[in-house]
Amino acid sequence: MRFRWTNLNPTLRRAILVVMIIVVWQLWITLAHVPQLLFAAPLDVAQTFVTDIGNGSLVGATVHTLEILIIGMAIGGAIGIVLAAFGVLSSVGHDLLRVLTSAFNPLPAVAVLPLAMLWFGLTPNSIIFVVALAAIWPVALNTESGFRTISSTLRMVAQNLGLRGPRLVFDVLLPGALPQIITGAKTSWAFGWRTVVAAELVFGVAGAAGGLGWYISNARYYLQTPAMFAGLVTISVLGLLVEALFNAVESRTVVRWGMSLAPEAREEAPAALEEEAARELVAP
Amino acid sequence: MTYRERTGKRVVAVDSVSFDIGRGEKFVVIGPSGCGKTTLLKAIGGFMRPSGGRLTIEGRPIASPGPDRMVVFQDFDQLFPWRTVRGNVAYAQRVAKGGVSKEAARKHADAVLDLVGIGHAADRYPHQLSGGMKQRAAIARAIALEPTLLLLDEPFGALDAITRTKMQRELLAIHERLGLSIVLITHSIEEAAAVGDRVLVLTRGPGRVREIVDVKSAGANAVTYLHQLLDEGAAA
Repeated sequence: MRFRWTNLNPTLRRAILVVMIIVVWQLWITLAHVPQLLFAAPLDVAQTFVTDIGNGSLVGATVHTLEILIIGMAIGGAIGIVLAAFGVLSSVGHDLLRVLTSAFNPLPAVAVLPLAMLWFGLTPNSIIFVVALAAIWPVALNTESGFRTISSTLRMVAQNLGLRGPRLVFDVLLPGALPQIITGAKTSWAFGWRTVVAAELVFGVAGAAGGLGWYISNARYYLQTPAMFAGLVTISVLGLLVEALFNAVESRTVVRWGMSLAPEAREEAPAALEEEAARELVAP
Repeated sequence: MTYRERTGKRVVAVDSVSFDIGRGEKFVVIGPSGCGKTTLLKAIGGFMRPSGGRLTIEGRPIASPGPDRMVVFQDFDQLFPWRTVRGNVAYAQRVAKGGVSKEAARKHADAVLDLVGIGHAADRYPHQLSGGMKQRAAIARAIALEPTLLLLDEPFGALDAITRTKMQRELLAIHERLGLSIVLITHSIEEAAAVGDRVLVLTRGPGRVREIVDVKSAGANAVTYLHQLLDEGAAA
């Protein structure tokens, strides 16, 4: 049988590409004599990884960043869900949510950092504040639309059974809106993640110790280029891990219940199109 | 009975309709589309308040929806997608009938699912079922609550002809076993004649009572007679 790229396991396909990129990167640095101060080679980055995980500085920075991010997102997410509930319960709440989201959603939360520093000082609270601000709107908007898209038939069934109050919320509205809540949480995570790193960079420049942003900024200060790369790789890998976590939650809930497509199915779509195009070309 | 549309326009859906449904009776409402059949059913279900007149069940006025009047809708997506078929039936019991243990609800759910013929699919999620199986599950959920009145809003309307006929026969069998009182809304004359003891024929909207036909005394001519009534109703 002829070799076909799409016949390989998707994880294997990606792994092959990653290895190839790293090899090309290393070869380029070694063969082109790129100054080590400007661009680090993969082997040096790997070495920094090992040392800085060993001495705890990279682990400490990661834990610090994640801690702030989780607290900020939990606060933002809770406020977002409450706002969404107001949005469906009253028309004033709905309009308020529109006004607030159109005012704050286009605003990069990190732009509020100087104000937050004025209010909370050079403390983690300032960063928690901006992360929460970044997380609220995607959760609120998506959750509200989730509540609204629950079919009128399901609502009538709930009424028919006599469901009211918290039981209606927890047994019907929240699970019914779960696909959109997860979508909102994903977007919030993406916003929050960017915000926390940016805020830490600003803090790092200002001299306050802390998370991954500070780790990178600190590495620049001491001209440790491989450490800057190690920080970037950590941020990227953590992003992937969290995405995998979201996918696992989805496949255990909304995908299993037939309320959303499987993440793999969504990702496989381009390959399927490619196949179709190939078939069309072959056809007389 | 009138209701207000979103635009604020008052719509007379059904007008001066009066009838009684006996215990254990299979009562069918039929009429051209837009005659207010569904409005009538929603009023009995308590989802809508009639603007005039009275609706009572066992002497008590109907004020709100309740599990003594379980509705089975036409929409296939009336089961909670996040619960299995058994979970849907058991959950409804625990909500609607206070003090039922998890174990008892499960057992009863399995018995009812066997009765409607989908006991083998109890562990599946709704999206893994065919349209006919979804409607069976919805019927199971409704009858598990032992309602005084089972309200069926064109439950077989979106099914293919073969499944539809089969489900009608099974509904009759379930009725025979449990002795429920049933109100079935349909726009199929054949279904009305096959299922109903009596058939209420409504005129084109606003719906008025054209006639209440006793299917048994109409005998073999029931279908022809209903056709006649509906044609006249549509022409009037």
